Order: sequence, then structure tokens, then C-alpha cells
Amino acid sequence: MSTVIVTTVVITLVGVIVGLALVYTGKKFRVEIDPRESAVRENLPGNNCGACGFAGCDAMAAAIAKGEAPANGCPVGGQAAADRIAVVMGVDPQAQEKKVAFVRCKGTCEVTHDQANYIGVKDCRSAVLNGLNVTECEYGCLGFGSCVAVCPRNAIRIRSGVAVVDRDRCVGCGLCVKACPRGLIDLMAADHHVAVQCSNKDKGPVVKKLCTAGCIGCMLCTRQCEYDAVHVENSLARIDYSKCTQCGKCAEKCPVKVIIPPAAPAGGKEA
Amino acid sequence: MKALILIVVSGALINNVVLNQFLGICSFLGVSKQMKASASLGFAVIFVITIASAVASLLYDFVLKPFGIEFMKTIVFILVIAALVQIVEMFLKKKSPAIYKSLGIFLPLITTNCAVLGVALTNVQNGYNFGECVLSGFGTAVGFTIAIVLLASVRVRIREEDLPAPLRGAPIVLISAALMSIAFMGFGGLSF
Repeated sequence: MSTVIVTTVVITLVGVIVGLALVYTGKKFRVEIDPRESAVRENLPGNNCGACGFAGCDAMAAAIAKGEAPANGCPVGGQAAADRIAVVMGVDPQAQEKKVAFVRCKGTCEVTHDQANYIGVKDCRSAVLNGLNVTECEYGCLGFGSCVAVCPRNAIRIRSGVAVVDRDRCVGCGLCVKACPRGLIDLMAADHHVAVQCSNKDKGPVVKKLCTAGCIGCMLCTRQCEYDAVHVENSLARIDYSKCTQCGKCAEKCPVKVIIPPAAPAGGKEA
Repeated sequence: MKALILIVVSGALINNVVLNQFLGICSFLGVSKQMKASASLGFAVIFVITIASAVASLLYDFVLKPFGIEFMKTIVFILVIAALVQIVEMFLKKKSPAIYKSLGIFLPLITTNCAVLGVALTNVQNGYNFGECVLSGFGTAVGFTIAIVLLASVRVRIREEDLPAPLRGAPIVLISAALMSIAFMGFGGLSF
């Protein structure tokens, strides 16, 4: 009987001492964390998917609290989470400019062709590894969908051999920008539509042979623009989004209609 | 001196905790997919087991033995080791964020590793004194690290191979571990 009592008392004492030691160290070595960090963390979805580019929701919350990541950086939480986090961080949710991905190619199967029948792994990055140009245009969209695979929101579809971004679904996480081996995808402001839907840097006559939808570098857009926003470099028109007022004059004049007019949604569904 | 070296070598190679005593298999198979993670886990295990065997030894000699309740050692060790790891974790988080970050999630994970408890229990069973306990714990943990890093490097290579479908995944890992275990039996022939 005495063994039972001794055992109970000793083990209880050990437990109490250990508990007290835990409480003491918990207080003594408490690490001050930014209270905003846990508040931000509560507003993140907790999927730990990594689509934001951080190691998980905890890392993302820490980055947002430190100001290293934007409040709307979580692609999964979307606008709702971004608004709540913006309130926590004390920033204006509207000031967080929403960005969307834009594919700078409209070389569908109707306007251009493949020059090689690639039968390897259906992935753009492995398709460029063999050193051959699968598509006739060496700048154009391959259409094997590396961007589709990485998109956490299913916002990209391959339509007739060209990746097309659904602007309503896109949250501007930028994963597809990194995934595209030909660097075709840009992030641009969600309310901006006027953009050049081509990346070909060949001279005009060469482009015409490769693709009837490509930018031929004729400079008509440059002459039309009153705001000095369109420039042709390496026979390819580029629009300076910070100067562009979306007047649409360049799109009107473009002989190959490679510039998207302001009315139509960029990356247009018809492409 | 020779006896002390023998304790370390025996813990690390001859009586390898994973491949010979079959303790800590869960983390051995679970965290051996990548070299980096397995190495981190290995170092966390070295850290935890060494400290845990020291504390368990002190506890056994100065609490359990005087009261004559050695039979409670399993429960007391579980309790103390779990709390100890928590305390160490808090201490590291505050004092050395760099170490805390590199050990990361493995530290709390090891709390429930049977290898930690197994070493503490084997130590007192063998009647080791304090110094021998620490050395034996350290040696055993080094053995765990060796085993898991070896298995991880095997698995990294296996992943690229074209295996028959039924062997893919867990089966080939178990077979690799078994072959490693057989290989480690060769250390049983070491004589000093």
C-alpha cells in the first residue's frame, strides 16, 4: 500500500514540477511576435498551398506583417481575404492594385503552324529542352499548358493552341509568369485592356510568313499615340502601361489587329 | 576510455537504433524522402536524445531509485522527455532563432519518437552512469542520423528508376531498409 502512495506522490510531484517549469520557461522565453501576424494568419485560408510563393500560410502571414508581401497576395483567399487583411494591416484595400496575367501571343492554330510534331512530355518546359522550335514562331505560345498546370485558380485554358487567361478568375499570383519558358506572360493592372498580343521580335516580312496575327513592327501605333506610350523595339510594339490612357487609337490603326482595343477584354475569348 | 568509445561505436553502428533495434521506424521511413529534411531531422535527434538521456539518467538515479519506484520509469521518462523538448524548443526560439529555424518542425515531432524513450530505457537497463548515458544517447542518435541519411540518399536515387509497378512507393523503401539492416548486421563482427 505504501508503494502506491509513494508512487502517486512522487509521480504527481514530478508532473507538477515539470508543469511549473513549462509555465516558467513559457513566460521567460516568450518570443514577442507581431500581433498583426497572428491576425493576418487567421484571415488566410490555411491551405498551405504555397501559391503565394511563400512556404505556407504562416510564412505568408509573417511576410505580410513585415510588409514584404502585399495584403492581397493570397491567391486562394481572393478579394474577401485581401480586404480583411488590408483592414488588419491598416492599408486601403482599394489601394492594392489588382493584377492579372496576360499572354502576349495570339498565334492560334488558324494563324500559325507547328513546324515539328512534338510527342514528348506534354509540358512547355520539356518541349523547349530539345532545342528545336516546336512552333514556327520561336517566340509564340507552345500550348502545352505549363501555365495551366501551375495556375492555382484554373484561370488559364489552352484555346486553339494558345493560353488564354480568364481575367475574372485570375488573381495575379504570377506563378504562370515564372512557369512560361518563353516568357510570354506579363502581369498587368486588371482594369487595363490595351496591350500588344504578340512577342515576336522578327522583322515584319519574317513575321508575316510565320503568323498572320503577329506584330510586324510597322510603327503605325507609335505615330498614332498622343501620349508617347507605344514604342517599337526589335520590331515589336510594346505599350508603356503607366503612360497609356487606353484611348484605343493604336488598336484602331494596327493593320494586323494585334493590339487589343479598350472595349474588348484582353486575352479575348475569341482568341 | 576504451569502454566509453565502445559505447559510442556500439550505439551508432553495432546496435544501430533503427536498423538493429527497429526503434524510430516511423520517422525513419516518413522523413527520408529528401536528403535535406532527413539531415535536419538527424541533427534534431542527436540534440534531443543526448539531452534526454542526460536528464533521464539524473532522474532515475536521484528520484526513482531513492524512492524505490524504478518500475515507473517508462511513464516518468515519457513525461519528462516531452516537457524537456518543449522547454528546449522555447529556449531555442528565443535565444537562437537560427538553430530553431533549421531544426524547425522536427523538434516537437521527435517528442513522440520511440527511439528517444527507447534509448533512455536501455541506458538504465544497462546500469550506465551519467556520463555513459550521455555518450550512449549521443552514439545512438548518431546511428539514427547515419541510417536516415543513407536511406534518404538511396530513396533519392530510387525515385528516378523505372520500377515494376507493385514495388513503387512504400514496398521498395521497406526492401531498401531491410537490405540496409542486413548490411549493418556486418558490424556485429567488430571486435575490440
